Amino acid sequence: MFDFTKIIWIFLFLILGTSKDNQAMGKKVENNLNKYSILLPTYNEIENLPIIIWLITKHMDQSGYDYEIVIIDDGSPDGTLEAGKELQKIYGESKILLRPREKKLGLGTAYIHGIKHATGNFIVIMDADLSHHPKFIPKFIEMQELGNFDIVSGTRYMGNGGVYGWDFKRKLVSRGANFLTQVLLRPGVSDLTGSFRLYKKDVLQKLIDSCISKGYVFQMEMIVRARQFNFTIGEVPISFVDRVYGESKLGGSEILQFVRGLLYLFATT
Amino acid sequence: MTKLMEWLLAVGSVFAVWFALITKKVESSFTKQYFTLIFYSPLFFGISFVIYAAVIVLYRTFTFNNCEEAASELQKEIEEAKEELNKLGYKVPLKVK
Repeated sequence: MFDFTKIIWIFLFLILGTSKDNQAMGKKVENNLNKYSILLPTYNEIENLPIIIWLITKHMDQSGYDYEIVIIDDGSPDGTLEAGKELQKIYGESKILLRPREKKLGLGTAYIHGIKHATGNFIVIMDADLSHHPKFIPKFIEMQELGNFDIVSGTRYMGNGGVYGWDFKRKLVSRGANFLTQVLLRPGVSDLTGSFRLYKKDVLQKLIDSCISKGYVFQMEMIVRARQFNFTIGEVPISFVDRVYGESKLGGSEILQFVRGLLYLFATT
Repeated sequence: MTKLMEWLLAVGSVFAVWFALITKKVESSFTKQYFTLIFYSPLFFGISFVIYAAVIVLYRTFTFNNCEEAASELQKEIEEAKEELNKLGYKVPLKVK
């Protein structure tokens, strides 16, 4: 169950990450001609959107990598799109792209829609609800460069990774579900249901084309299919701070959805 | 091969060997001596696995990091963001509904 090459990569990453001096890092960024498109699918995120945009610009400007943010709003009734327009005025049309859709059409199609308009050669996918902190994006990029990975996935289950705002029951369910998945699917990745990831653009396109699941099972299918296609995957520990504004969900229907997704992947991959 | 097929193959082969032993299709002095042990071995392995799984899952649940620091850092950054956004001239749009 332990993937030793992965552990070695993470080890290397930690050593390099702590010993690297700023000058060397500046040089590295200079030599990096890649552009990173950050896709933000939103639905009723009027409170969170300005804050997540501010955080992204803060941490990405600090890191020096070239980036853009693509906001894909699915016709939020709360005015998320108007907030996006406000932010576009502040940060400029080259940094913030608004690519709204008329109504809620699902995550997979939101990504397809976003990719079509993204000008970067790498795509970062994250939630806009502040559970994914943009400070990890530069770490994803460093990890990607280290192993020339096709995908870098954030993980709550390894190293310094973790969660905030979960009670014992929620943690138990999460760990149990993760253990079951590891035993049945042996995916070689520790966090399958997380959605904070970095992809090479063509890799993401191919994965979306071959995945049919909906909801968060979609994230699981993406990473399992990635293994099937022999894409390489790096992992970076992340802290997941559960929804600051708005409600978080874990009910019977989510568990049922997970079990069905797991069985589907068990039988088809 | 799908994961389901892999599992069926592995479980099927182990079961076939076990079945051949308990129905005495294959016999040796070893199987005669340890017949009861062999007979109950699937139960033994099953229980061991359940205990192993329970211990691992509970251990990981208790050692699941509580990112208190990350949460308080985020709270601070949210306050900072609101202030900065104000300075940058961000206005919360009126609800359209």
